[in-house]
Amino acid sequence: MGMSAQEIEGMVQVAFPQAYIELQDLAGDNNHYSITVTDESFRGKTRVAQHKMVFDALGGHMGTSLHALAVTTKVPLI
Amino acid sequence: MNTNPVFEKIENDIKNNDVVLFMKGTKDIPQCGFSATVVQVLERVGVVDFMDVNVLADAEIRDAIKQFSNWPTIPQLYIKGEFIGGCDIVREMYQTGELLEMLTASGVKTAEK
Repeated sequence: MGMSAQEIEGMVQVAFPQAYIELQDLAGDNNHYSITVTDESFRGKTRVAQHKMVFDALGGHMGTSLHALAVTTKVPLI
Repeated sequence: MNTNPVFEKIENDIKNNDVVLFMKGTKDIPQCGFSATVVQVLERVGVVDFMDVNVLADAEIRDAIKQFSNWPTIPQLYIKGEFIGGCDIVREMYQTGELLEMLTASGVKTAEK
C-alpha cells in the first residue's frame, strides 16, 4: 500500500508536462499527501472535471493504493 | 443502462433529499478526517438537516457510489441531485463563499446564524 512522492509527482508530471506541481508529504507514511497542480488545461473546466483529470493521471491508484491525497487544482494567472 | 441495482437506491436518496453526504461513519460520529471536514462545513453554512449515508456500513453502496459518481474517493456530496465533489472541492467552495451561494440559489434551507 501507499505510493512514494516521486511516483505520484512523476505520474502527474507525465500527464501534465507543462504543469507547476507542488507535492507535500503530510505524514511521512507514503499515504498522506497534498498536491497542487497548476495547469492551463484546467481552464474553463469545472472543479469536478479538473480533479478527475488529476485522478486519471494517477491511473487508478487514487482511492485504492493511495488513500489520502488532498487535491487542489489551479489555472495559471495570465 | 444502469446495470447496478444499488444505483436505484442512490438515485432515490439524492432525488428525495436536498443534501446527501456519502461518508465514512455518521454525521454524529465521522470515522475519517475528510468526512468529518465536510460535516463541519455543512454545519458552518447552516445545513442542519442533511442525509448521511455511512458507506462503512454497506460495502455495496461503498463500491456503487464510486461508480455512480465516477469518483474514486469518499466523502461525496450531492446537492439537489447534483454531484458537488469531495472534501477538497467542498472546502474550497466554502472558503470562496460559492457553497452558501449555491445552497441559497437552489433553495436549500439553511439555519440562521
